[in-house]
Amino acid sequence: MAEHRQGQLRDITFEMLKKAQGLSEALGQEVHTVLIGEGLSEMVEGVRPYCHKVHLVPVEGVKEFEGEVYQAALTRLIKDLTPSLVLIGHTAQGMDLAPALACAINSPLVSDCYDFGFREGRFWAFRQVYGGKLSAQVEVEGSPVIVTVRSGSFEAEGLRTLGGQVVSWEGPVGVFPYKRFLRFVEAPRAEVDITQAEVIVSVGRGIGGPENIPLAEELAKALGGVLACSRPVVDKGWLPKERQVGTSGKTVKPKVYIALGISGAFQHVAGMKQSGLIIAVNKDPKAPIFGVAHYGIVGDLLQVVPVLLAKLKERKK
Amino acid sequence: MKVVVCLKRVPDVAEVDLQLDPSGRRIRTEGLPYVINDWDNYALEEAIRIKERTGGQVIALTVGKEPDEEVLRRALALGADDAIRIWDPLLEEADPFLIAVVLSQAIKGLAFDLVLTGVQASDDGYAQVGPMMAEMLGIPHVTLVTHLGFEGKKALVRRELEGGLEEEVEVELPALLTIQSGINEPRYVSVLGIKRVAKKEIKVLDLEALGISPSEIRPKIKVEKLFVPPSGEGAEILKGSPEEVSDKVLEILEKGGVI
Repeated sequence: MAEHRQGQLRDITFEMLKKAQGLSEALGQEVHTVLIGEGLSEMVEGVRPYCHKVHLVPVEGVKEFEGEVYQAALTRLIKDLTPSLVLIGHTAQGMDLAPALACAINSPLVSDCYDFGFREGRFWAFRQVYGGKLSAQVEVEGSPVIVTVRSGSFEAEGLRTLGGQVVSWEGPVGVFPYKRFLRFVEAPRAEVDITQAEVIVSVGRGIGGPENIPLAEELAKALGGVLACSRPVVDKGWLPKERQVGTSGKTVKPKVYIALGISGAFQHVAGMKQSGLIIAVNKDPKAPIFGVAHYGIVGDLLQVVPVLLAKLKERKK
Repeated sequence: MKVVVCLKRVPDVAEVDLQLDPSGRRIRTEGLPYVINDWDNYALEEAIRIKERTGGQVIALTVGKEPDEEVLRRALALGADDAIRIWDPLLEEADPFLIAVVLSQAIKGLAFDLVLTGVQASDDGYAQVGPMMAEMLGIPHVTLVTHLGFEGKKALVRRELEGGLEEEVEVELPALLTIQSGINEPRYVSVLGIKRVAKKEIKVLDLEALGISPSEIRPKIKVEKLFVPPSGEGAEILKGSPEEVSDKVLEILEKGGVI
């Protein structure tokens, strides 16, 4: 399932194509891409080279994702094509579409997978559980298997050219009066653009409460950087959304990223893992953040940061 | 408005060293602290706010054993009118599909306007049950909801997309919405508040009461094993007192040309 928004194919589309190409070679099967919406001729060319067939479903008036339209089109295509595997992004679109689709066609759905394949004809998938502390190997009953794929799990580079054909959908998809996309709502302009900062001090749930935020902010200032945060801090209203690093917030690439009390859920890590130098402070030695950090301190940030700050100020003198 | 809200009790695993049970397919749960799933807590708060704004009723459901009634007591303490717990020994290995089957079967007869639940649960993180229930109930759904308003027989909702973008969607009621964290500020529930509803009846339904035959209880997906995920090279852990680790951090920052 190709994903697009505001006239652009999204990265997940190519990440899924890459994985699909590998599986298609191993299984001796074809890669087909489904593209749904109005006015997609340019996008067709974006995916056509990398698959055997593109199923183009032109739907008048449907420029952006509409779950009910997508579900109806995919239901019919899956019935006709009987694929072994259906790949959908584990994204805002895929999370809306896949479970209802799986239900409608009575298929098993394994969601948010970071790897999957077939071993001796049996499907397997890996996915994270318990906030990334453990992984699960999942098996399924029934087919076709629907998988939602975690963003960034597969490198989109190095796609092979398969020179696909375009197959156009005949006839109407159906009438869907119950749900309608109205408009996009852009984030308000940020006061501070954290994506431009060279040094970021970022706080998570482990900061404990809003009363400790100034401490982290002071550290950020002392390092000539800015203060950012992970999702729970925004959810609790301790910092504004514009400071949030992660898939639903900003992606940052500073020289230095200091993570204070951030457990390192995938959604956060996806937004900061390309930072030059990552230093993490967390009480939990098993916190996934230590998997991406270059240096880690297992301990209470409220004990470490004041000392670090004092030493930093002393140096400046 | 009649609002149904589906809740789950989950182990709070932050700062816990998780151990596997002998099957290797589940974690050891003895001694773990349990909480209401964070996303469901936001869904519950939203349900209560709708009742406060528009009147009507809130009915809370969960699938689980007796200790899981804790989340229903919380809902009752906040003002939910009814609570239903679904359990049957056959649900021990239930996957999200089966959870959706039993929940939707219990909800079917409730003449509801809205079904709310969290986007996902913090333990298994499937994010499947909500939209699956909608499909089984034959109603539209919107996931990742960050803002919610009503206009006659329609709900106007915002849903969260990637990178700070949101979209506005119009949906006909009855509908199912999965609630994203941060949509509201869930209120605190006092021990006294919970005590006050300790005697309130919680309806318990098994498969027979739901009219579901045991032959329908076949999971489509199954966890074969749990394992510690590969985490790349991992951090070099700096050890010592706050003074010692601070000195090491300064050294690293200096080498990196930051200070």
